[in-house]
Amino acid sequence: MNIFEKILARASGKKIVEPNEIVEANIDMAMMHDLTGPLTIDSFRKIGVKKIWDPERIVTIFDHLVPANTIRAASLHKTIREFVEEQNIKNFYDIGHGGICHQVFHERGHARPGELIVGADSHTCTYGALGAFATGIGSTEMAAVLATGKMWFKVPKEIKIEVSGKFRNLVTPKDLILYVIGEIGEGGATYMGMEFVGEAIDEMSIDGRLTICNMAVEAGAKTGIVPADNKTNEYVKERTDRPFTLVKSDTDAVFEKIVNVDASYIVPQVACPSSVDNVKPASDIETEVNQVFIGSCTNGRMEDLRLAAKILKGKKIKPGVRMIVTPASQDIYTRAMKEGLLEIFVNCGGVVTNATCGPCLGGHLGLLASGEVCLATSNRNFIGRMGSPKSEVYLASPATAAASALAGKIIDPTLQ
Amino acid sequence: MIIKGKAIKFGNNINTDVILPGKYLELIDPKELAKHAMAGIDPDFPDKVSDGAVLIGGKNFGCGSSREQAPIALKYSGVKCVLAEYFARIFFRNCINIGLPAIECENISKNIEEGDSISIDLEKGIIRNETQDKSFKTNPIPEFLMSILQKGGLIEYLKKGD
Repeated sequence: MNIFEKILARASGKKIVEPNEIVEANIDMAMMHDLTGPLTIDSFRKIGVKKIWDPERIVTIFDHLVPANTIRAASLHKTIREFVEEQNIKNFYDIGHGGICHQVFHERGHARPGELIVGADSHTCTYGALGAFATGIGSTEMAAVLATGKMWFKVPKEIKIEVSGKFRNLVTPKDLILYVIGEIGEGGATYMGMEFVGEAIDEMSIDGRLTICNMAVEAGAKTGIVPADNKTNEYVKERTDRPFTLVKSDTDAVFEKIVNVDASYIVPQVACPSSVDNVKPASDIETEVNQVFIGSCTNGRMEDLRLAAKILKGKKIKPGVRMIVTPASQDIYTRAMKEGLLEIFVNCGGVVTNATCGPCLGGHLGLLASGEVCLATSNRNFIGRMGSPKSEVYLASPATAAASALAGKIIDPTLQ
Repeated sequence: MIIKGKAIKFGNNINTDVILPGKYLELIDPKELAKHAMAGIDPDFPDKVSDGAVLIGGKNFGCGSSREQAPIALKYSGVKCVLAEYFARIFFRNCINIGLPAIECENISKNIEEGDSISIDLEKGIIRNETQDKSFKTNPIPEFLMSILQKGGLIEYLKKGD
């Protein structure tokens, strides 16, 4: 069996499962945030069950609209806080105590290799970087999970991404995943599990693996996964007391499709408006930008901030360009502060925000006006994603974003 | 279950950010959400479908965010059923869970034009384009998903299943 089949078989109490088979599986961990939580709670109440299935296995994190920007958002937060207290949910990360859910969840030890994790957010697939089967669901489905601890799954076929070689200087895991999505297309992995293997993945840091798994859903995948190794083991062991098992695909496992990539040939990539598979080399684009956003559940981690700071140190961003930098969690914020990274961002003319989804979803800060262009390190460039339907979003790595903030237009950081 | 309505048609890769832009996610009342259905791509959409409609999508319909508010907005604006070449998986699950039939049918967008009268027999898996006098067979919805739809969604299904 492949890694997805093995995890689903274990979670559904079966010896063997096959692609397209529908299984009912026990959920190991579940996550909801401030925008999907209220609808989940509303649906949970309607089901009529009094107590959630296991208060230890639910994680609630505020990140989308934090701190509350409207009275309505404040009311949503209030609803969730009351529910958390009523149901005795221990793993609750309120404003000032966590940050972006897809960083906080694993940073605080809630993701373990081999586990089956669901979250009421499409980028839940991020935790696949730690060898878990993690996938996004809607609010009503989350309510059913809260009530029963179970969910049905169609066993996915596997698309295997084999990455050989070494990355060139200033080329990052973000460039790899944009390249892959450009190759296979926006729906290229729909309903499939995407497993990343090969030399370049073995060498890749946990931060980088989180970036590539985060964007598996942008190719339609049910989840992305990097089989757990020593690095994973070390990262997870530091954060959890619960036992876990490292799971790998068998050598005779069946794959639907294999994509081979040589990392040493990849150059900085940019996803152009308004789909994530509209990918071109950064050097082909000279579009001027009004705003640069460095952050999000894709690229707001230590490695990302360090890379951006290295390029920006001692320089000034182009007059007329706004730069927003958002560390992905309170922990990263503190570490970036101690390392002097935040000072570099502020001194070059940027704005550093609290840990939040922020500009990425056009929710509450850093919105774009009609006709404006933003280069972002986030994961979606859909029409109107960051504000006006007449604004445009380009996606790239933190290195490309930082270099472009200095130039005032999209450039290839490796050619500077 | 037979569903009838006029077709309203969209292309490939229609994502949940255009079906319901992020700025409306604070809204809770389905009728309020419905006023902004398809706001990212067709602001007149709620007026066009208020009498009941069958939405025709292309490939990868509903990709992107897991926001259930997207299919809720469609359902309460008047959409009775969504037909597409294929769906993004979270959107598909969300539709079934809120009791909005979502059906995959290859080449559907080639065989239906905007404004055509469509009828769908969910149990038999048959789509009829009455305007063009054509019928298509789709994969019938699996039995247990059908029972969720018949109950009106996952909440009702779980309530009565207790």
